[in-house]
Amino acid sequence: MSAQPDLLYSGTENDLRAAVRSLLTDRADTPALLARVESGDPYDTSLWDTLAAGIGAAGLLIPEKLGGQGAGHREAAVVLEELGRAVTPAPYLTGSVVATEMLLALDTQAPEVADLLEALATGHRVAVPALPLTTAPDDAPPAGGPVNAVADAVRADVLLVPRPDGLYAVEAAEVTLTPQTPLDLTRPLATVAPLGEDTPGTRIADAPTARAAVRRGLLAGAGLLASEQLGLAEWCLEESVRHTRERHQFNRPVGSFQALKHRMAQLWVEIVNARAAARAAADALATGSPDTPLAVALAQAYCSQVAVHAAEECVQLHGGIGMTWEHPAHLALKRAKADSLAFGTPGRHRQSLATLADLPAPG
Amino acid sequence: MTDAAELRDRTRALLRAHPPATTDRTDFLRARFDAGLAWVHYPPGLGGLGAPRSLQSVVDGELAAAAAPDNDPRRIGIGLGMAAPTLLAHGSDEVKQRFLRPLWVGEEVWCQLFSEPGAGSDLAALSTRAVRDGADWVVNGQKVWTSSAHVARWAILIARTDPDVPKHQGLTYFICDMSHPGVEVRPLRQITGEAEFNEVFLTDVRIPDAHRLGGTGDGWRVAQTTLMNERVSIGGARLPREGGMIGPVATAWRERPELRTHDLHQRLLALWVEAEVARLTGERLRQQLVAGEPGPEGSGMKLQFARLNQEISGLEVELLGEEGLLYDDWTLCRPELVDFTGREAGYRYLRSKGNSIEGGTSEVLLNIIAERVLRLPAEPRTDKDVAWKDLTR
Ligand SMILES: Cc1cc2nc3c(=O)[nH]c(=O)nc-3n(C[C@H](O)[C@H](O)[C@H](O)COP(=O)(O)OP(=O)(O)OC[C@H]3O[C@@H](n4cnc5c(N)ncnc54)[C@H](O)[C@@H]3O)c2cc1C
Repeated sequence: MSAQPDLLYSGTENDLRAAVRSLLTDRADTPALLARVESGDPYDTSLWDTLAAGIGAAGLLIPEKLGGQGAGHREAAVVLEELGRAVTPAPYLTGSVVATEMLLALDTQAPEVADLLEALATGHRVAVPALPLTTAPDDAPPAGGPVNAVADAVRADVLLVPRPDGLYAVEAAEVTLTPQTPLDLTRPLATVAPLGEDTPGTRIADAPTARAAVRRGLLAGAGLLASEQLGLAEWCLEESVRHTRERHQFNRPVGSFQALKHRMAQLWVEIVNARAAARAAADALATGSPDTPLAVALAQAYCSQVAVHAAEECVQLHGGIGMTWEHPAHLALKRAKADSLAFGTPGRHRQSLATLADLPAPG
Repeated sequence: MTDAAELRDRTRALLRAHPPATTDRTDFLRARFDAGLAWVHYPPGLGGLGAPRSLQSVVDGELAAAAAPDNDPRRIGIGLGMAAPTLLAHGSDEVKQRFLRPLWVGEEVWCQLFSEPGAGSDLAALSTRAVRDGADWVVNGQKVWTSSAHVARWAILIARTDPDVPKHQGLTYFICDMSHPGVEVRPLRQITGEAEFNEVFLTDVRIPDAHRLGGTGDGWRVAQTTLMNERVSIGGARLPREGGMIGPVATAWRERPELRTHDLHQRLLALWVEAEVARLTGERLRQQLVAGEPGPEGSGMKLQFARLNQEISGLEVELLGEEGLLYDDWTLCRPELVDFTGREAGYRYLRSKGNSIEGGTSEVLLNIIAERVLRLPAEPRTDKDVAWKDLTR
């Protein structure tokens, strides 16, 4: 068995969390978020600049010599916990994690890769993979033609497009982007189609390299999504506790009814477990552990369900107010549900574990 | 402060002075206690060196490498996990000197005389009476579900010393001599067929006042030390992957493909995920303790393990098909310790039912998490300001 993962938060990670949380509290609170979602353009560009360049979050995975912070997945995971808590629309998971990780798997000496990474490191440009958000790490990427459900495509400057002969970097202006109406309003989706034969973009990797890069990017995305789900679940529980302490019915706070207390205590136990699973995945990615595919599948199989459970309970424990547009519970629910499909469903990850943990299916 | 290097030196010195291969087991354990290497975070003179608890692993690692005998912690779990921290926190110097060494070495087994027929979850409602008589207390009452009472030399006991005040205020905590003629231990057969726990009848049992822990009427506060440690001790052990109940099922699954079905496969994978995540949660808890940042997470672990043990062993019985209909042995025996792995699936299935009852039921633990961790409001209570003698029973 490999060495025990470090499952705690370091001092630096806690400082980073504090910086991101204070930014999001100041600039991306619920009223601001609801207003943005209504406007049809949920992204806040100046917030992104501060997060990406000011705090340096966009370049956490990128080595210093390529203009990044030279930090790692554990730090990026903390950023995602905070983005999950605040359900912030930002191309972080898709861009600063998946696309970045894909590029890091290529020849980073090559100028077209190095230049792009440098632009991503400051958040100056945004690249996202032209893959359906549902693609699991061991799925084969689409082989060409229009791709649906590409997350954050409308916010991207560059799309990383896998084709049978390799990976291409295509300028957003050179594809046709058709926004779709997403369940999760805080993570816009679009159909991405090639504009024409004469605008193929730049080939940045051959087929085998592309295949490995896509897999590596998706593995990091799935692993760190667990941290987003953790943050989201935590927020849902905190809001539920807060509301049920304040809300009185039958001459007492509804939070004093044992039927509700037990449900919230149960969620707390799940969240404690989700934290261990999410940290284990982040640590495995950060250290390049051979256990990474297992740690990632485990975290996804567990944390997806916890986030959905927490968000569903949050709506129910709020009663009628939980069904309103005005209360942010729905944003969390939609994000949690969409997240549970992202990078493979829990069932899909359990199937991977059948192989990874040597528990083969019958016959 | 004692550091890892110093502990390593001291452990090696112990091993040189008392080579495990040629030293009697009890003598070795006593020497280890006297060298302060029993539980390094205990004070000097009481088996420790006042060192950080996290450094115990240094000592344990050295000793394991030298194949030194251990004190068989599973046999003396109640003593180590519950009696010892309470004695340390609330005992007089004489009490600590007298009891801690034989407790740790395992020469004296302890049991816990808390639960009664009328007081389980509501422990503070208990009715065993202790009445002062000169330098002694005289105890009468009945305890129940007392694990290990049949092998115990001493017990931690809570009894009522004042029935006229509200229930939490009239309790006092004692050390009870299980060899006193007024102590009668009767086996209670449980659903597994064996009798791991007992009924204990206390008739005019005399306890010297020197064996009182904490003040008269202070028993509830003292009991908190015991109960907190009871629930924390579960997170302590470090398990390898598949080290718990999931191990035997996973092995059966791999070795016996003819048993596999699609339904069982889905459920096995889901439980494997939960078991592995729970293991990581235990590991995280351990890392928090080592880093000196203990959190409330431990209270969730017992809940989690109780449910998982039950579901996993239930699946195992199902997986085994025809064999799942069999049971290894219904003979009434009085085991010295609980052994989950030495017996078969049916036993594991039945014994793990106790995991959500012993040491605080899962429902009560959820109440505790809700009120103490999440700070949700308490249920309205009718028992707080009423004298114990006026409560409904
Ligand atoms: C294997 C085993 C070993 C044990 N060993 C010992 C021992 O060594 N020493 C010792 O002193 N005791 C021991 N016990 C006793 C154990 O601590 C008690 O059984 C336990 O505290 C529950 O008390 P009870 O059995 O009276 O159940 P009750 O308290 O009567 O509970 C009955 C049901 O009501 C529920 N309930 C009770 N109060 C509440 C509430 N406030 N909210 C919601 N639900 C509630 C319970 O969860 C349970 O489902 C042992 C028990 C077992 C099973």
